[in-house]
Amino acid sequence: MKYALLSTGALIASVAYGTMAVAQTDLTMWYHGAGNEVESNIINQIITDFNASQTDWKVSLQSFPQAAYNDSVTAGALAGNLPDILDVDGPNMPNWAWAGYMQPLQIDESIIADFLPGTKGVWDGKLYSIGLWDAAIALVTRQSYLDELGLRTPTLDQPWTKDEFMAALDAAKASGKFEYAFDPGMAWTGEWYPYAFSPFLQSFGGDIIDRSTYMTAEGALNGEAANAWGEWWQGLFTGGYAQVTQDPADRDGGFAAGKYAFSWNGNWAALGALKTFPDTLFLPAPDFGNGPKIGAASWQFGVSASSQHPDGASAFIQFALQDKYLAAFSNGIGLIPATPSAAAMTDNYKEGGPMAVFFELSAAQGMLRPVTPGYIVESKVFEKVAADIANGANVADTLDAAVDEIDADIAKNNGYGH
Amino acid sequence: MATSTKLTRSNSAGWAFALPGFGLMAVFIIIPFFFAIGLSFTNQRLVSPNPTEYTGLANYRQLLGMGVITLDAVKDDAGQIVRDETGAPTFPRVRDYTRNNPDYPQLQGMREWFSWGSDTSRTYVLARDVVFMTALMNTIIFVIVVAPVQGGLALLLALLINQRLRGINVYRAIYFMPVVVSIVVVSLLWRFIYDGNSGLLNNMLGAISFGAIKPVDWLGNPNTALGSIILMSIWQAVGFHMVIWLSGLQTISPTLYEAAAIEGSSKWQTFRYVTWPGLRNTAVLVLIVITMQAFALFAQIDVMTKGGPLDSTQTIVFQAIQRGYGKQDISGGSAISVILFVLVLTISLIQRYFTREKN
Repeated sequence: MKYALLSTGALIASVAYGTMAVAQTDLTMWYHGAGNEVESNIINQIITDFNASQTDWKVSLQSFPQAAYNDSVTAGALAGNLPDILDVDGPNMPNWAWAGYMQPLQIDESIIADFLPGTKGVWDGKLYSIGLWDAAIALVTRQSYLDELGLRTPTLDQPWTKDEFMAALDAAKASGKFEYAFDPGMAWTGEWYPYAFSPFLQSFGGDIIDRSTYMTAEGALNGEAANAWGEWWQGLFTGGYAQVTQDPADRDGGFAAGKYAFSWNGNWAALGALKTFPDTLFLPAPDFGNGPKIGAASWQFGVSASSQHPDGASAFIQFALQDKYLAAFSNGIGLIPATPSAAAMTDNYKEGGPMAVFFELSAAQGMLRPVTPGYIVESKVFEKVAADIANGANVADTLDAAVDEIDADIAKNNGYGH
Repeated sequence: MATSTKLTRSNSAGWAFALPGFGLMAVFIIIPFFFAIGLSFTNQRLVSPNPTEYTGLANYRQLLGMGVITLDAVKDDAGQIVRDETGAPTFPRVRDYTRNNPDYPQLQGMREWFSWGSDTSRTYVLARDVVFMTALMNTIIFVIVVAPVQGGLALLLALLINQRLRGINVYRAIYFMPVVVSIVVVSLLWRFIYDGNSGLLNNMLGAISFGAIKPVDWLGNPNTALGSIILMSIWQAVGFHMVIWLSGLQTISPTLYEAAAIEGSSKWQTFRYVTWPGLRNTAVLVLIVITMQAFALFAQIDVMTKGGPLDSTQTIVFQAIQRGYGKQDISGGSAISVILFVLVLTISLIQRYFTREKN
């Protein structure tokens, strides 16, 4: 009893002391960018500015290496000690929201009205995460290649059709100047496959899953359009336009070494390409019949479900959405800023800037990967589909098997809450 | 009896010393082991708001389900077998029978694993999970090749370095070196060696054959990928088993060799009647250890091929981890682990039976 009284007294005293000395409530934050000094500096700057700008909240940061980040969040969630604020890779967000790791943001829609569509993480009709940047992919080539091969320069309004694209590959192959006409980036196994290659499928008119219900992949991944995509995709490799197994070094330096005429690559590699060849062009994705498509959504910020102070966490995220910070991230690590006004403040994405085309690509062609908690499994299934078909597997059988696996997974998860 | 009571009653210090070790083993090996068995009978997910449900043997049925179907060649109206350009008869598509076919509900969701047959009919063996079956077969092939070859090679090396020669320790160190290096690093290095364009192996083969041997994409070709990994795995761990053989060799009393020499036995006779019987227990140990390690093949696959190309290097453990962790299907991964456990246990018991002391 005496002990209890003592400790109660101590508790009251410490609470009183705490509120007197520190008026700000502590908020914790996890971020995936450990090891990148520039990125860390920017995020630390935002936190410092935020902590100084008001007296209610004090954010403290813990950074993780990207490779270990998702595992850390899963482990933290299972152990029940997630931070208040965390960041999440766009396509993973629905899974975390569904699993109960995250709660909707308390941010007014009007604030993010002019943000790129790929930066908004909406699940179940609610905004769970918002990105300060997006990423985009383009068909990288050189003006001199197009001139030599006598090809039309495609534009956003008039992208290449499938036939034009294949004619371009034929011309590049026939020229004999290149090891391979096309470099889709086969060396980058993992999420790159669904991120970079599923837009081809969507441009053909298929998809990884039927997005009207999110309950089955039947018809979407094994329908006529998907089979057409599969045959085309396999033809790239059997036809000698691209290589199935690629040396990672060739992926990073092959275009600069002149091995490939066209490289399917992201905005993060654009500055390097421009440095090697000043006449580098970033062409929009070809239109395979259902409109040109590229993948959208990158890392975004959200609030954990266990946070005691979601208002403070949302306040921080809203604070970080200022144009100057979007521009700082863009200038620092080459990402596409989320708003046109921020883009205007950057070196690369301002009008006439060397990478401005990516901002337009992202706005015009960006398509979210399937917004469903099951995407975590679906992306792995699609990765195997793309790899197996490239390696010569029977297209129809591979697609049917993938549909079976996705449907079985959805059933096993009682429909993933759709 | 007296020793066991002494062990439990008057050896408290010993038990206290053992406690941390036992505790860690219980937490990290014994409890997870029983967890895996329990979870394999449920639909537990790594991440899910859905409650865990007991599903009985569903995971095992999904993994091990098999079926057989025999199909007749497609005939045209005149009763002639329809043939393609190469003259091979055409058969109906198996997927038409295994997907949404109300006449064959027992085959629903299965895929062709392998088939055989004649001109007029083919028999298809179907599996509910072809990838797992492929992984199972690949792992068994790996074990069947690696266990005898690695064990034999290690014995040969051990015999070679079990001599009193100057500088023999240098060779011991060289043979043992790959064991000390992390398997991940070794796998990365061998990825460069096996590189399809300018890998060391291709360059060497090209050089010694004056360009007659064209570069082979060792890891990118379904026909060579598993073989390449087998070769590299044998090389990597042979030194470890060499050391075990060596320790076995050095327990054989020199007097036996002296006696054999006095009797005038040849080198082969000495090995056959002195060395080999003396290595009996070592041989059992090496065989069982290699078998268990080979069944656990994972790191090389994860670093070098990720199960590809076309599932040619899928293995049981790789599948267990890819499903349990990558696809968040803990129950499915657990079921694979349990199957692996039963498999290894069975084979170890069989090996133990055949290598037992016959009195």
